Amino acid sequence: MSVEVQISQGFQGFDLDVSFQAPAGLTVLFGSSGSGKTTVINAVAGLSKPEQSRIVINDEVLSDSAVGHWLPPHQRSLGYVFQEGRLFPHMNVRKNLIYGNALAKGRAAVVTLDQVVEILGIGNLLERRPAELSGGEKQRVAIGRALLARPKLILADEPLAALDEPRKAEILPYFERLRDEFSLPVLYVTHSIAEVARLATTVVALKDGRVDRVGPAAEVLSDPSFTPMGPRAVGAVLEAKVVKHHEDGLTELSANGVALMLPQLSHAVGDQVRVRVAAHDVILSREAPKGLSALNIVAGKVHSVRAGGGPGAIVAVDTKAGRILARITRRSATALGLSEGVICYAVIKSVSVAPQDIGAR
Amino acid sequence: MSDWLGPQEWGAVALSLQVAFWAMMGAVVPGIFVAYALARWDFFGKQFVNVLVHLPLVLPPVATGYLLLVTFGTQGVIGGALKEIGVVFAFRWTGAALAAAVMAFPLLVRSIRLSLEAINPKLEQAAATLGASPVRVFFTVTLPLMLPGLLAGMVLAFAKAMGEFGATITFVSNIPGQTRTLPSAIYAFLQVPGGETAAMRLVVVSIVVAAGALILSEVLARRIAAKVGQA
Repeated sequence: MSVEVQISQGFQGFDLDVSFQAPAGLTVLFGSSGSGKTTVINAVAGLSKPEQSRIVINDEVLSDSAVGHWLPPHQRSLGYVFQEGRLFPHMNVRKNLIYGNALAKGRAAVVTLDQVVEILGIGNLLERRPAELSGGEKQRVAIGRALLARPKLILADEPLAALDEPRKAEILPYFERLRDEFSLPVLYVTHSIAEVARLATTVVALKDGRVDRVGPAAEVLSDPSFTPMGPRAVGAVLEAKVVKHHEDGLTELSANGVALMLPQLSHAVGDQVRVRVAAHDVILSREAPKGLSALNIVAGKVHSVRAGGGPGAIVAVDTKAGRILARITRRSATALGLSEGVICYAVIKSVSVAPQDIGAR
Repeated sequence: MSDWLGPQEWGAVALSLQVAFWAMMGAVVPGIFVAYALARWDFFGKQFVNVLVHLPLVLPPVATGYLLLVTFGTQGVIGGALKEIGVVFAFRWTGAALAAAVMAFPLLVRSIRLSLEAINPKLEQAAATLGASPVRVFFTVTLPLMLPGLLAGMVLAFAKAMGEFGATITFVSNIPGQTRTLPSAIYAFLQVPGGETAAMRLVVVSIVVAAGALILSEVLARRIAAKVGQA
């Protein structure tokens, strides 16, 4: 199961040349505004037609400009979740949900209406109209509508961008379930590094209409030279398991055997979670630190040191828990003699891991 | 009401209702098509079509009537051809309906176009991604969303058709029972001595119909807007 995308155009003052393969799971198209990510997703949907394109989902060719093949959007078997929901205002929630379902009789159903209603918790909204829904409720219905259209691919264009923080936290878990419980490829556009860290199986980073990076999320995010939002936004992602909820309000995680302490999480013991460790919250030490208030200290070996033009440097440290990034000054890097292969300790302040940066998986 | 109105007056009212109804019904599908084309498509000669559609609004109605006579009269280019297949407009009630439809057309198109332009094309895109063909998108999304404007335009067109005089009398004359619509009847009664009371009765009917149409269009528009969620 895979998605193959190849798009190029040189007109309308916007030069784009993007090509990538998305394996199963959730592929994030990541980039700042103007990087071309919406152009790419709309070309996949068939809503815009680039000069050159070849788009294939699971061996089905949606477009191939080399042979003049271009399927219109309604023949592409997609489920598109838009930023603004785009629910039909003249239909109630139930009719919105089944709109695409009735049109796709020939294809295998992904879910039933009852399942969608249960998963998304929208049973009490079915008879309401979109105007009576909150932003978060609208997005839940939009996700359900896309799933019920019996899609072969789910597209999502910044589906959380129009929501406030609490609503984002409400909707994010549904995309995690989409990624984990359905064997459907998902193409997800965002400019939020937190969403990338939490949701992405694969990251396709776009920059000025070109593919900047592509690869598994953990790999791309722990690459010290990948600083799309500036060095302040750099951070690695660790996979961990919830081990125990302690009485003093801390939750103990285990990242490949390395214990991490975090403020109380709502996840059950045994759940797999993703933890994002921002590089500016990590301090490095050459010796095992003693008498320090920080709870999370992980031993590792320097993988690389990357210094930019400014006073800062980003150090990638390979630990048993995974690769961790630390943002320190160049002066400290020199003073500590940090270079490839040097043993050091990464000190992570446990309070620094913000709840919205943690996701179940 | 038939006691209060004389048979001649009642005939004029009934004929006017018939003419206005068919003018409205005949104009509605071309009206939707033209409004859609003007609102959504870019094509060569768009400005020309736009002017042509709006011309009856600003042209002297008598001029429009005369042009109709020239083209749709039995000697006319189109009228002559239609006569061959048994369709005659000149001096028939159907001609009155045609004249009324042409005169009401700009109002209908304007109203539909305005409501079309208020619809977010992104909703139509969303429907397309869910598997709806362009025709299905039109009937399940576009049409329901433009319904308030469409119905308001239809009521307005009906009222305009009821009151149409200049083009009608020029095109199909003023034949009792055939083409004597309400305004023509009022005009005719005012030409004969002692006809003022009959004329006044017809004026009252006109006011009732016109006011009723306006109220109906308001109520309909409000109800549908609430239902469509775009109040």
